Amino acid sequence: MQLDSLYQEIILDHYRTPHHAGLADPYDVEVHHVNPSCGDEVTLRVELDGDTVKGVTHDSVGCSISQAATSVMSDLVIGKPVSEGMATYEKFLELMQGRGNVEPDEEVLEDGVAFAGVAQFPARVKCALLGWSAWRDATAQALATQGAANEGVKNA
Amino acid sequence: MTTTRTFSSPLDLQSVRADFPILSRELAGGFPLVYLDSANSSQKPRQVVQAIEDHYLQHNANVARAMHQLGAEATAAYEGGRDKVAAFIGAPNRDEIVFTKNASEALNLAAHTLGAALKPGDVVVVSEMEHHSNIVPWQLACERTGATLKWFGVTEDGRLDLSNIEELLTENTKVVALTWVSNALGTINPITEIATKAHAVGATVVVDASQAVPQFPVDVSTLGADILVFTGHKVVGPTGIGVLWGRYELLAELPPFLGGGEMIEVVRMTGSTYAPPPARFEAGTPPIAQAVGLGAAVDYLSGIGMDKVAAHEHAIVEYALEGLKTVPGLTLLGPTDAKDHGGAISFALDGVHPHDVSTVLDTRGIAVRAGHHCARPVHERFGMQSSTRASFYLYTTPEEIDALVDGLGFVRSFFKVD
Ligand SMILES: Cc1ncc(COP(=O)(O)O)c(C=O)c1O
Repeated sequence: MQLDSLYQEIILDHYRTPHHAGLADPYDVEVHHVNPSCGDEVTLRVELDGDTVKGVTHDSVGCSISQAATSVMSDLVIGKPVSEGMATYEKFLELMQGRGNVEPDEEVLEDGVAFAGVAQFPARVKCALLGWSAWRDATAQALATQGAANEGVKNA
Repeated sequence: MTTTRTFSSPLDLQSVRADFPILSRELAGGFPLVYLDSANSSQKPRQVVQAIEDHYLQHNANVARAMHQLGAEATAAYEGGRDKVAAFIGAPNRDEIVFTKNASEALNLAAHTLGAALKPGDVVVVSEMEHHSNIVPWQLACERTGATLKWFGVTEDGRLDLSNIEELLTENTKVVALTWVSNALGTINPITEIATKAHAVGATVVVDASQAVPQFPVDVSTLGADILVFTGHKVVGPTGIGVLWGRYELLAELPPFLGGGEMIEVVRMTGSTYAPPPARFEAGTPPIAQAVGLGAAVDYLSGIGMDKVAAHEHAIVEYALEGLKTVPGLTLLGPTDAKDHGGAISFALDGVHPHDVSTVLDTRGIAVRAGHHCARPVHERFGMQSSTRASFYLYTTPEEIDALVDGLGFVRSFFKVD
């Protein structure tokens, strides 16, 4: 098994100095996700500006893979339209589930390509997806509240 | 690394290991398997697998309800498993052995049936070092009945904190449910001492012996427990079977747990009456082949001698504790000496998350467990989210401990934490 392909320098860098770490105000929605089988936890805040991801901050306890993946995920979605973030997630998921047979798209995944090696460690795939699942959940909730508020405006 | 530490075990490890073909496996990269995850699930000797195979290939049928010759053979084989388990743990009466799916189901059985008599004001006592399987069923029972859950804390050195035992054990205390050996800390708890005090206030004592029965001789007739549970797959037996032992008079008073075939006496549309124990608690087709396998497993362990297994575990734990203490930046979770220490050692390594420790060890063929080991509260108690755990059994060699200690050195250099 290729240790160096799993623990790419980029991953270790993000792990040592995670981007967007530390919960910040203001935010629309905060979620707390756990990986019950191993105990990794992430608290994540999302702030939307219309359809754009304005801010993501997080506070997580977990392994190098989960922490680095959350850091890279934040970089990838901040400042982008929600739909683009979701599309990036699909690409990342495809890479993770590809058992090493998927060629990562660096245009889309940027530092996320460093996680290609994780796909060969099935037990660790969940680690790489934890931050993403928190972001998707928080964003969906934020959109739903926005939708409800807009309804309210229309109804008023 | 060559070792100067001494090791002496009463077991002939080479011949024991020959019974476990999996232990000779080579893993990716040509590394020999170093299996240090037996507290999670033990490996199986050939004798157990063969007994299961022989049952399926020669004697398979349903039990009790099948009236033909094979039915009789299968019933004899299943009930034979019960006899063997009863003898293995010193149960005075074979009807005190109830087969379940695993230890978790056995604990749920205990919590449901004992829980039926709970009411607001009653207290159930557990401890902070329990496996989730001995916490959640009691939380649910308390939610259902309005009873209150209380717990023994854990001291800084990983022992049960008995300093407030008088407050915890009062006339309101109906159930005390404790683990004998902690799967996370390795601590061996003074069950008999606590049971005596619990009985003095009229409480029923439930013991989670999932990590005890595999490791040392158990005699329920003198232990002081009213109910004791363990799980087949940790005693070199198959998955899919657990054991609940209960004092017969207690079992006879308890209501059923799951309803279905075999647990009844007479079923009428207006109501049913229930079979006496153990059948009352064994609804549906039981784990037949698993009972055969479990019987073979306890025969295997008895053949070797549980006193020798215990002596070996002790020697390995002592050796491992010494070895782990040489690893810089390693903090042991729980007792740091081998006295009253079961065969599992959890630890933290400065600067490296347990998942990363275990993945790096895994690439060298070393299988350990990383996470909270289904004991999140005790990790929280020590301000940790997870840990790495190495656990041992009758087939663990000192060379495997050396490989672990070397492997941890490699982990540290890989993550540059020097
Ligand atoms: C102390 C303890 N209790 C209960 C269990 C649960 O056993 P099972 O998963 O077989 O139900 C385990 C093992 O995981 C354990 O170590």
